[in-house]
This record gives sequence, structure tokens and C-alpha cells, in this order.
Amino acid sequence: MLARLKSNQRTVLILACLMGILIVCLLIAAAFGAVSISPLDIVKMTLNKVGFTHFPATWQATDETILFQIRLPRVVAGALVGAALAAAGVLFQGMLRNPLADPYIIGTSAGGAFGATLAMMLPLSFAFLGFGLVPIAAFFGALAAVLLVYNLARVGGKTPIISMLLAGFAVSAMLIAAMSFMITMSDRLQLILHSIWSFLMGGIRVSDWSQIAIIAPMIIGGIVVARFLAFRLNAFSLGEEGAAYLGINVERDKLTILGLGSLLTGAAVSLSGLVGFVGLVVPHAVRLVLGPDHRLLLPAAALSGGAFLVIADLLARTVLAPTEIPVGILTALIGAPFFIYLLRRTRREYAF
Amino acid sequence: MIKLSLSHVSFSYIDVPVLHDIDLAIERGEMVALLGPNGSGKTTLIKLLSGVLRPTEGEIHLDGSSLRQLKRREVAQRVAVVPQQFHMPFAFTLREVVLLGRTPFLKAFSNEEERDYKAVQRSMELIGVTELGQRFFNELSGGERQKGILAMALVQEPKLLLLDEPTAHLDINHQVEILDLVKGLNREQGITVIGAMHDLNLAALYFDRLILLKEGRIFADGPPSDVLTEVTIKEVFSASVQVMQHPSMKAPHIVITPKRT
Repeated sequence: MLARLKSNQRTVLILACLMGILIVCLLIAAAFGAVSISPLDIVKMTLNKVGFTHFPATWQATDETILFQIRLPRVVAGALVGAALAAAGVLFQGMLRNPLADPYIIGTSAGGAFGATLAMMLPLSFAFLGFGLVPIAAFFGALAAVLLVYNLARVGGKTPIISMLLAGFAVSAMLIAAMSFMITMSDRLQLILHSIWSFLMGGIRVSDWSQIAIIAPMIIGGIVVARFLAFRLNAFSLGEEGAAYLGINVERDKLTILGLGSLLTGAAVSLSGLVGFVGLVVPHAVRLVLGPDHRLLLPAAALSGGAFLVIADLLARTVLAPTEIPVGILTALIGAPFFIYLLRRTRREYAF
Repeated sequence: MIKLSLSHVSFSYIDVPVLHDIDLAIERGEMVALLGPNGSGKTTLIKLLSGVLRPTEGEIHLDGSSLRQLKRREVAQRVAVVPQQFHMPFAFTLREVVLLGRTPFLKAFSNEEERDYKAVQRSMELIGVTELGQRFFNELSGGERQKGILAMALVQEPKLLLLDEPTAHLDINHQVEILDLVKGLNREQGITVIGAMHDLNLAALYFDRLILLKEGRIFADGPPSDVLTEVTIKEVFSASVQVMQHPSMKAPHIVITPKRT
């Protein structure tokens, strides 16, 4: 891209625009629901809450309760999950040099969900801050799954698309079967069958701010650290050997990138269960528009992924209201055909 | 400028020995070709010199410091590698690929500076790929891509340029073009060049010193006319050839005669 010459200003401008779009999406999503609240009131209430301003109340007290107890945690969680999944997608795609690597497709999400289910089976005494070991177990589950898939899929120093998809599919299938078995056998999980179901289908579940207080630092911190690694991801596009020739410590960075991707996936899974294809569709679209430089791609995909999932979740809870569709069903409806299209195109280009 | 020395270097892939007890000294500004049949250890030797592989035994010194002690980044600030070919999964432009050569000089959160862009521009002009800068790397021809990679290697401001069969997949015009460019870098910038080469005649024409490897050992080492003889080629490649004189240059030229006509 020509504009790369003055890349700093361009980067700042693009990210500021995307941030603006994300905020607008958050406002729209927070406005709609069983009770609609005007976006202007949302801004005023939020600013009052933070303590910057003292707008006189032009809204009802119940609106405030709905906004801060229900609506905002939900939309913020949506933004966090979308950002995390899109960033994880960028990390996995960059490191595996494979535009089809998505946390859901390569089994990372299933690993995270397996870990989370395991944690949910434990007696409540393990819980802390109403969330317990779930995010930690999800992280380790995701990491174990991605390492397994990566090692299974690796053929002679490369990770071909076909073997990655097969390994991801097999590992996912195994983990989801194990999860379903655990759910069937566990009395504790039977009691919360409905939320388990939305977990498997991918639905955003937050009851209050305490979960977000735990997950948000993981996701935001993860994305910031990933941004530090972005220029190494650029070098990785030349392959592991090519990256090494450019001075990259390949083995160390590979582990760091897989670890970060697992952290982001695990954190997202803890809030939403198995939401698929966000990490595939969003980075791909952003790459088409902004180019493949990971230093811009990573933060831009994170912001776009946040906006994307906020809107998808808004649709999921409003189109058939009062029935709520798990948002994972919506993302799969958009993402799976897109994946098939990419697969066809990739096959033509690279012939696997 | 760089001086390179190998003492008692051996290398095995897990249990398969590839290189045995190599002793070698290469002075600054030399242009050296590594020759030998497939599996003789040429590529492995290039990888050892680039620091990507570590010798199983022995030491490699680069201007007095052991490659083992240098960080990858420090090595990449002095040594650049042009491999056979790169496959690029994303739509980077040629210029963006060349810019990747600045990676060893970048810090985590900093972007390229004016100095880096100048280096890119200079290198692209020198290699003659300026007009291709905005084209997508993947859409270029093999020869154009290889020139791009050469420009990328040059942007690393290397003292030592390693080539791993850089002309293996190219048409003859691009082979000549790439090797002319490399020779220019050697003669005009004083960059030490070590290249694993497949084509003996091209090696004889472009390189001052040839090292012939056989089964992981140095079989012959010297100027082309000493190294490429009917006897050594018979011994190393098990091929019967005739060695003639190049019609216009002081270089040996290998001619083959088919057994059946």
C-alpha cells in the first residue's frame, strides 16, 4: 500500500475510525432490547456514572438499572469476545501462515470449552468472584488443544491446510464428545442444562460486571502484548526458516504466539462458549481492505471483531424476541459459507 | 566485511550424519561456491553458516565471535540468506517484502524510520525492482520474486550473503541476471558471498573459489580450473564429462556427451 510511506498517521486515523465505529455499535446495541433506551441517555448516564458530568436525569430509574446491570455488561462482553476471537484468528493465521486458521476451526475453542466444562463440574467451593477457575481452565484447555492440533498437523516443518483442518476437526470432535459425555454424567451440569446448551451453541452469558472485571484485563492485555509481536508475525509470513533468517527466535516466538492465542480464545470462551468463525471472517475482511501488515491488521481486526460481535449479538437477542438465538448460530450462518468460499479459492491458489 | 572460520564442524540430523569435521576459512570479500551432489551437505552448510542450525560439534566464528554466542538478531544484522524460493501466504506487495529485511533492526513497538525506507529505496534501485514495488509479490514471475528477495537480503545490510541454490527454479536469462547482480554486490560493495550452486558451469563463471563437497566432507577447494577437472567430477558426481575452456573467459566449461544418441 502506497500510504504505508506515512504509515503512522494512517494507522492512527484508521484505528480511531474503527474505535468510533465500535463505540457507535455499543451504543446501538445498548439501546435496543425489551425496553429501548435512547442512545443520548445512554451517553449521559454513562458519563454521570463515570463521574465526569452531572446531567439531570431525563430517564427513568429503571432504565439506569437495566442499562448498568443488564445491557452494558452484555454488550461489553460481546465486544470483548469479538475482539479476542478476531485477534486470536490473526495470531494463528499469521503463525501458521494459513488464512483458514480460526480458533474454532483448529480446535482451540473446543479445548477452551472442554477446560471450562471441567471447571464448571467442580464443586462451588473452588469458585471465586462468581467465576471460579473457568477462564484459567479454559486457557489451559485451549493451549493443550492447539499444541495437539499443531503437532498433529505438522508435516516436514510445514502446516498444510488440509492436515490442519483434519487435525482440528478430529480434535474438536473428540473434545466436544467428551464434553457432552461429562454433561450427561454430571448432576451439577444437568441442573444448568440450559446455560450449558447456550455454551455449546455459543451464547454470551454474563450475569454482572465481576466476570468482565476478570476477563477484560486478560483480553485487552493479550491484545496489547500481541501488538508487540506483530512485526514478528510479518516475518513469519516468509516461513519459519525465512523468519529465522531475519533474526526471529522462531521456537520461542511460536510458543508465545500460540500461548497468547490460547489465552485470548480461553478468555472469550469463558464468556461466550463456542462462537465460531469470527476469527476467520473478520481478519480476512480487514486484510482485504487494509493489507496484511500485522501491526495494523491486529488492532484493526480486534476493533472490527468487537463491533461485529456486538451487532451479531444484538441481532441474536432481538430478531426473534423474546426468544434469544445463541449468537454462535448467527456467526456460523455467516461464517461457514464464507469458510467454504475461502476453501474453494485457496484450493485453486495453492493446491493442497 | 567479514571473516569466517569453521573448525572441526560436524553436523547430524538426529542420527543421520551430514557433515564431518569441516575446516574452512573464508576471507573478507571472497565469492565462494559450494558444489556437490544432492545430499552432499551444501544446504546444511549454508544453514550452519546462517546460524539457523547449530553444529553438533565444532565452532563457527564470524569476525572472531562464535555463532553460538550471538543472538539470532545479531547474526541477522550481519548475515542475509537468499533461499531457493519463498511462498507468501498473504498479499504483501514486493516493497513490503523488501521492507521485511529491516526486521533485525526493528524494536517491538517502533515502526520503520526514514533510514529504513531509504535503505529499501536504495536496495530496490540497485536490484532494479523499483517499478515492481507496488505489485503483489505472489503475482510476480519467479525471476522477479527472486530479485525481490535479493533486494530484501540487501536491505539487511549484510556483510555476508548466503545463497541456497538461488537460481534453481529460474529460466536461463534470470539465472544470469541474478548472478550478475550478486557478483556486482560482491565486487562493488565488498559483500562476502557464499552460495550453494547446482550448475557447475555457472559456478565456474561467477565464483572465484569453488568448494566441492562429497558425502559431507570437503573434497576439493580452490579456483575453478583446479576444482573442476574430469577426475574430480568423476570422483564426486560419478559422471563422465569433458572439461573444456570457456570460449571467451578464463574458466573451465563442462561438456557432457550422452551415452546414447
